[in-house]
Parts: sequence; structure tokens; C-alpha cells
Amino acid sequence: MNRVVITGAGTINALGTGVPATLEAMREGRCGIGPLEFRDVERLSIRIGGQVRDYEPEALFNRQQIVLYDRFTQFTLLAAREAIEQSGLTFIGELAATSGVVLGTAGGGVSTWDDNYRSVYEDGKNRVHPFVVPKLMNNAAASHVSMEWNLKGPSFTVSTACASSNHAMAQAFQLVRSGASKVMVTGGAESMLCFGGVKAWEGLRVMSRDACRPFSANRNGMVQGEGAGVFVFEDYEHARARGAEILAEVIGAAMSSDAADIVMPSKQGAARAMTGALQDARIAQSDVGYINAHGTGTAANDKTECAAVADAFGHHANDLMISSTKSMHGHLIGGTGAVELLACIMALRDGVIAPTISYEEPDPECALDVVPNEAREARVDVALSNAFAFGGLNAVLALRRV
Amino acid sequence: MNVETKTIEIIAQQAMLEPSDISLDSTLEEVGIDSLGLVESIFAIEEAFDISIPFNANNPTESEFDISSVRSIVAGIERLIKEQA
Repeated sequence: MNRVVITGAGTINALGTGVPATLEAMREGRCGIGPLEFRDVERLSIRIGGQVRDYEPEALFNRQQIVLYDRFTQFTLLAAREAIEQSGLTFIGELAATSGVVLGTAGGGVSTWDDNYRSVYEDGKNRVHPFVVPKLMNNAAASHVSMEWNLKGPSFTVSTACASSNHAMAQAFQLVRSGASKVMVTGGAESMLCFGGVKAWEGLRVMSRDACRPFSANRNGMVQGEGAGVFVFEDYEHARARGAEILAEVIGAAMSSDAADIVMPSKQGAARAMTGALQDARIAQSDVGYINAHGTGTAANDKTECAAVADAFGHHANDLMISSTKSMHGHLIGGTGAVELLACIMALRDGVIAPTISYEEPDPECALDVVPNEAREARVDVALSNAFAFGGLNAVLALRRV
Repeated sequence: MNVETKTIEIIAQQAMLEPSDISLDSTLEEVGIDSLGLVESIFAIEEAFDISIPFNANNPTESEFDISSVRSIVAGIERLIKEQA
């Protein structure tokens, strides 16, 4: 079993373009959620989201690329560039042959579906652009990353709704730990903030119209975000031999299925995933100082998650910190675990715990230290990142300070 | 078809019961409608009466729309039809 470390990180999300801007926003407890801006937004009853602002794809990609890159692929490529440049790796020869890319997304090219359905149904056109399929497919982002950086090893896309990125990173972790790959590029992306994407979520009646307030007694639902997070997972010896900067070590991962309900979360399933991650990392409950919560701000998730943390950690649940950064960047659905892993890295590396903002009222059913409203300085040795998806599919990662 | 008959029909269909098994005093819980079934019933009611119901699944009991019994649901629908006419 090989040790696995993170040697590169990249992101674009509502809090900023790039890791430094995102971490600065998290430290300041800034909110990236605001009024949505896209065609037909006035026909929605939910009109807020964590949208990537001032984004001009034409300045970043050429015409040929834009024809092939859905917004979720564009976000992925930007985040991957930042991560791979930071790692300093060049993929050639044997390294290229075994290094791959595993990414998570729930919806893939949602706005490509949306635009083209509109074109044929609403505008009555009988012809769509020839590249609609390669643009919208869920694996488009992974494939373009592999092409751009010559990654020729195991590459695929994982789609497990809100846990997609965590499942993807768990896979990448196992590929490097087992020795199958020296390096894996991993993370995820989502871009559902278009009319059809938000309209679908509206139907479920779990969206907030005003703010995402995880763990707060007056929380009233989730708020969607968009963007990408991408990381370079590398064999520790390989990273050390080339003198790479190590951001954190990935020490464990666990996945579980509730096998219970298509939308309601399960305390047992969530607790099993957290306990499994500790066992996989061979650490004790008391080693964990911080949990980046799934923390969606819905009634169902937050109380179930807090009960699961209490079950998995016993008395230590009262001593650890748990925050939901979704309060700032929104819920990136399939990309959310990737952006949230940045908060874990910040906790371990910088000793800064990202807050749960918009927290207004304590909820007795969420009686944990949720780091309300303001970031906190604290030394943390081990951090967990939780993701619990619709369909009852859970994935938890454990990271350690290096 | 009046509001009461149509509403009972929608709830019966969701609960997989006969309309005659549903009374005005029935609660959704009694007829076996869970949270997902409730969201689907609200949707069906909105479609049937062309109204928009203020309802958030995060706090169903605190919504302005009273879902405590079939009677309260029918009353709520009648009010919304008047308001949104």
C-alpha cells in the first residue's frame, strides 16, 4: 500500500477563480450566493444561486473549443490547469501511460441539453449542432482533461448525484494507493444553473428562496452552486523524490449505500461511511479535528448528519468542529465534494477552519460546534469530508496534515 | 367536478386507495402518504386547479398552506383559487 498525497489543487466557483481567491473568501466568511442571471430566470420561483460571475468563456477558450466544451467542461479544464501547473508534473512516457483522470459530475452538460431542447421544442428548429452529444456527455470533461495533459491511464466519470466528486476522489485514491497509478487527476464539476436545471430542482420543493443556512434552526432549504474542483493525487514517494510541495495526505476513504430511500438520508448509512473512513485510515475517532459537512441546509440532511456524527464519534462529537461551506458557495451537486476538499486542506495546512455562514439560530437537533459565521484558527491533524447523495450513496474522505 | 371531489381523487390515487376510503377528516399520514408522496400530491393539485401552492418540504407544517387534514387542504385550495383567479 502506497501513501497518497495531494500535490496540486485548482478551482473555479462562486467564491472565486483559483484556490487562493476561494480560500480567502472562506476565511472571510464571504457569501457567493446571489440573484441568478440567465435566460428565463423570471419564470422560476427559485432565483438565487452560487453562480460563477463575470465569466467570459470567449476570453479563455477559442471558438473550436467552445463548440465542444459545455460550461462544466470549461470549469473542469480551468481547475485542472491550476492543479496540474501547481503540481509541476509533465505527463510523458511511463508516467503518462499509468496516470489517469477520474471526475465526478451529476448532470454533465446540463446547459447543452437545455439549449438544444429549447432550440428544437420552443424555437421549432429541426436541426442541432453536430457536436451536441460529445459536448453534453458526462465524461466529456474527463476526456478533455486526458487529451489536454496526455493522461493515458485509467480515466472515467463517476455519477452519484451529490457524492459524485467524493466517489471519484475515493477511486483515484485507491488507484494510487494500490500502485496501479503514480498520479491521478481527480475531483469534479457541475453546472446546472440554467432554466431547465433549476426548474427541475424547484419541483422537489427543497430549495431556499433566500439563503443557505446549514444547521441553523431557521434553515429552509438548499441553494445550488456551480463550478469545479480538481486535484493531483500522487504517490508519496514519487512526490518526495521530485521535491514536490505536498498540500495534504489522503489517508482513507469509505463508501456506503443506505439501501433505503431515493431521497431521504439515513443516519446509519452516513455513520457507516464516516466510521469506514476512520477504519480505512487506521485512525481513532479522537484524531479527527474537523469535518467538512455535507450540510445542505435542508431539514432532513442537517439533523440526520449531526445524529450520524454523534453515532460515529461518540463523546468526541462534542470536541470536533464541523462546518458547511455550502453556506458560501452553494451546493455544487456532483462537484461539491471537490470544492469542499479545499476547506479541509485549509484546515490542515493553514490552521483555519472555514465557517458555516448565515447561521442565525441554534437547533437542538444540530447541537455540534458548527463554527458559526466566523472562521476560526485551530490546529487540526485530521479532517474528514462528507458527501451523502440522493439515492442513499455516501462517500467520506480522510485527510491528514503533512 | 368540485374541489373536494377532485382533491380526494388526487389523494386517493397517490395513496393507492379508493376515493371512498378517504374522508374530509383523514390526514395524509393516516392514508399512508409520505414526504415524497406529499410533494407529488401538491404538484398534482397545482396542475389540476392551475394554482401555485406556497409549500416548502423543509418545513411542511410551517407553510401557509395547511396540510393537517383533507378538509384543510380543500379549504386551502378554495382560498388559493379565489386569490389567484
